[in-house]
Amino acid sequence: MATEKKVSAIKNSPRHLLGIQNLSVQEAKKILIEAKSFIKLNRSSSKKLDVLRGKTQINLFFEPSTRTQSSFDLAGKRLGADVMTMNMVNSALKKGETLIDTAMTLNAMHPDLIVIRHQDSGAPNLLSQKVNCTVINAGDGRREHPTQALLDALTIINRKGNIEGLKIAICGDILHSRVARSNIYLMNMLGAEVNVIAPKTLMPTDIEKLGVKSFTDMKKGLDGCDIVMMLRLQNERMQGSFLPSKREYYEFFGLTPEKLKYAKKDALLMHPGPMNRGVEIDTKLADDINVSLVKEQVELGVAVRMACLKLYCK
Amino acid sequence: MKEKILTNVRIIDPSQKMDEIGNIIIDDKGKIKSIGKNTKISDVSKSVEKIDLKGNIAIPGIIDMKAFVGEPGYEYKENFRTLSQAALAGGVTSIVTMPNTKPIIDNVSMVDFIIRRGRDKAKVNLFPCASITRQADGSQMTEFGLLKARGIVGFSDVNKTVQNTELMSRIMNYASDLDVLIMQHAEDYELSKNSCINEGEVATRLGLHGVSDIAEKIIIERDLSLLSEFPCRYHINQISSKNSLNVIKKNKSNGIKFSTGVSINNLSLNQNDIGEFRTFLKLSPPLRSEEDRLALIDGVKSDLIDVIVSDHIPEDEESKRLPFAQSATGSIGIETLLSLALELYHNDSLPLEKIIKCLTINPAKILKIDKGTLKKGADADICVFDLEKPWVVKAENLKSKSKNTAIENRKLQGKVKLTLLKGEIVFSI
Repeated sequence: MATEKKVSAIKNSPRHLLGIQNLSVQEAKKILIEAKSFIKLNRSSSKKLDVLRGKTQINLFFEPSTRTQSSFDLAGKRLGADVMTMNMVNSALKKGETLIDTAMTLNAMHPDLIVIRHQDSGAPNLLSQKVNCTVINAGDGRREHPTQALLDALTIINRKGNIEGLKIAICGDILHSRVARSNIYLMNMLGAEVNVIAPKTLMPTDIEKLGVKSFTDMKKGLDGCDIVMMLRLQNERMQGSFLPSKREYYEFFGLTPEKLKYAKKDALLMHPGPMNRGVEIDTKLADDINVSLVKEQVELGVAVRMACLKLYCK
Repeated sequence: MKEKILTNVRIIDPSQKMDEIGNIIIDDKGKIKSIGKNTKISDVSKSVEKIDLKGNIAIPGIIDMKAFVGEPGYEYKENFRTLSQAALAGGVTSIVTMPNTKPIIDNVSMVDFIIRRGRDKAKVNLFPCASITRQADGSQMTEFGLLKARGIVGFSDVNKTVQNTELMSRIMNYASDLDVLIMQHAEDYELSKNSCINEGEVATRLGLHGVSDIAEKIIIERDLSLLSEFPCRYHINQISSKNSLNVIKKNKSNGIKFSTGVSINNLSLNQNDIGEFRTFLKLSPPLRSEEDRLALIDGVKSDLIDVIVSDHIPEDEESKRLPFAQSATGSIGIETLLSLALELYHNDSLPLEKIIKCLTINPAKILKIDKGTLKKGADADICVFDLEKPWVVKAENLKSKSKNTAIENRKLQGKVKLTLLKGEIVFSI
C-alpha cells in the first residue's frame, strides 16, 4: 500500500496518455515503477484489486486487435473497473457517424476512461478534445502506440536491469509502424542508443531527426546491439509496390540465427506480434526461450496497462 | 453619383509606378478622373464629396485570383453575399471564382447562372473560371471557345490536375489558338496518393502520409516541356517549394512564357504550424519547410512568382472536425489576404510595392482584364488601408460563412479602412 500512496500523491498528472512524445522522463519512469508492482500480482492466484472500483472503462477499437484489446480488458478488470469493449470495426462509422459523434454518445454515458485504437493518426488527440474523461491511446495510425513502448521498456528493464547505455535495433517496416515511433521516443528518453534498419522504401523521410541512426544493412545495424526488436511486415506491403517479394525481404531483412550473431552475444529478441514466421523472423528463433522475450512482452503488457489506467484515471 | 475627392492619401499604384502623396478624384461615373500629387482640389466642382484619408494608403482594388464560392451546391459553406462581404472587408474588389461547385462549371448554361446570380447577390467584380475538363475529371476538354464568349476568364480544374499527358498537350495546342488562359494545379496523383501533408520530419512524427515536392515539380516540368511545343497562356495556380521554383527559373531563362501564383499561406506559414493535427492548416499544395517558404519569398522578390492568392476555401466545421487524414482541405483567407501579406513587409521580407503588384496589376495582366490600376479613366476600385494598425485575427469576427482560418489569433499589422467599387463606398470602418 505504501507504493500506491506515494504514486497517487504525485500531482499534476496529465489527463490523457496520447503518446510518448507528450511524456516527460519522470512520467515515463513513474509508469514503469508502478507497472513493476503489478507483475507479482499478476502472477499470484488472487489478481483482483479495487483501485478502480466504480470506474467505467470503455475500450473503443476501430481496428482489429487481439493482444492489445485483451490486455486492456484484463488490466481494467483486475483493477476493479467495469470494462466495456466496443468493437467498432464494422460498426457506427460505417453508418456515417463520425468519430466525434461516437465520442459524444459515449461521453453521455459518463465513462472515466476511454481506450482507443484507430486507423487514423491523431484520432485519440481529437477524441481527447471532445470528451470529459481520460483518453488512453492504444495505437493510432502510424503515429504512436505508447503502451506498447512502455511494456517493451519494462521487459528490457526486467531482463537487463536498466535501459540507459543499451544499444537497441528496431528492424522492419519502420514507415508504417507506430510501435517503432513510440519506441524510438521512449528508448531515447531513457538513455538508449537506437538503430533503425529497413529497406529504403519502408524507411520514413528524415527519420534521423527523431534521434536514431538508420541502416539498410542488418550486419551494420545490428552491430553491438543488446536488443533486437523485429516489426511485423504486413502482407499487402510485400507484393511489388514496396518490396519485390517475401523471399527477397527474408533474405536481407529476416532475422535468422546467423544474422542475430551480428548483435552482441547476449542480445535479446523482441517482437510486438503478431509474427509472420518465415517472413521477418526465423520460426525457431522466435520460440527460443533463451533469446526471445515475446511471451514476456505479452505478460508485462497487462502490468503496464494496469499502471497506465491507474495513474491516468482521475 | 456625386463626384468624389479622396485627399491626403499615399497612393501606391505599381501599374503607373506611382508612390506619392496626393489626391484621387473620381468622376460621377465612378471612374478615375485625376490622381496623384498634381491634382488640384480646385479642379473639382463645389458639390463634390470630400473624404480625408488622413495619410492612409490607397491601392487599386485587390484581385484575388483563386477563391471558392459555394454557389451552387455548397451554399452552407459560402455564398456570393458572404464571399463579397469578406472580400470587400479585405480590400478585394475582383474575385476569380473557382468552378468546382456542384454541379461543376463546365458548360455554358452554368456560366450564365453564376454570372446572373453573382450580379444579383454580390457587390464585387466576379470573374468566373470554368473547368479545363468536363466534370474536372481530366478526360475531355470543355468548350473553351463558347465558354470564353460567355465571359469565362480562365480555365482551371482547381485542386485537380490533368494527369493525361496527351490530353494536356492537346489542351495547350487548342487553347493557344483561342487565346484562353489555362490554370494548372500541379500535382502528380500517383506520388500524392493518400497524402495530406508535406513529406519530412513533421509527417514522420505525426504518422501521416506525406507527399514529396517532386509530385508538384514533375507536373510543372512536364507542362513546361509541352508549353515549349504548344505555347498558350499558361498559369501555374500555386507553387509550394524551392524545387518547383528552380524549374520555373530555368524555363524562364530559356524564354518559355508563363505565369506563376503562390498562396499567401505558403508565404506565411510552414509545416511546423500544423502542430498537433490542426486541420485548418491542411492545405493543397501542403505547407512545406521553412526553407521552402523563404525560397518562395525570394521567388516573389525576383519576379519568378507573379501573383499572390488567398486560395480561399471555406469549409464547414463538420468537414474539418475529423482525424487529419479524413478532414477537408483548405482554409479561408480572402479577408486576411492583404493584412497577412503586409506582415511580409513589416518583417522585411518583401518591399511594399512588390506585394501590391502581385495583388493588383500582375493578376490583371495575366487575366487580361481592365482592373488592377488607378490610371485615369479606370474604374475607381480602390482599397484604402492603415499600414500600421495592429489587430488580432479572430474567426468569429471574419465575414465568411465558414470560419476555417489558418491564422486564428495571429497578430497582424495593417488593416483595410475603406473599399470603393466603381467609385462607391462598399466597405468602411
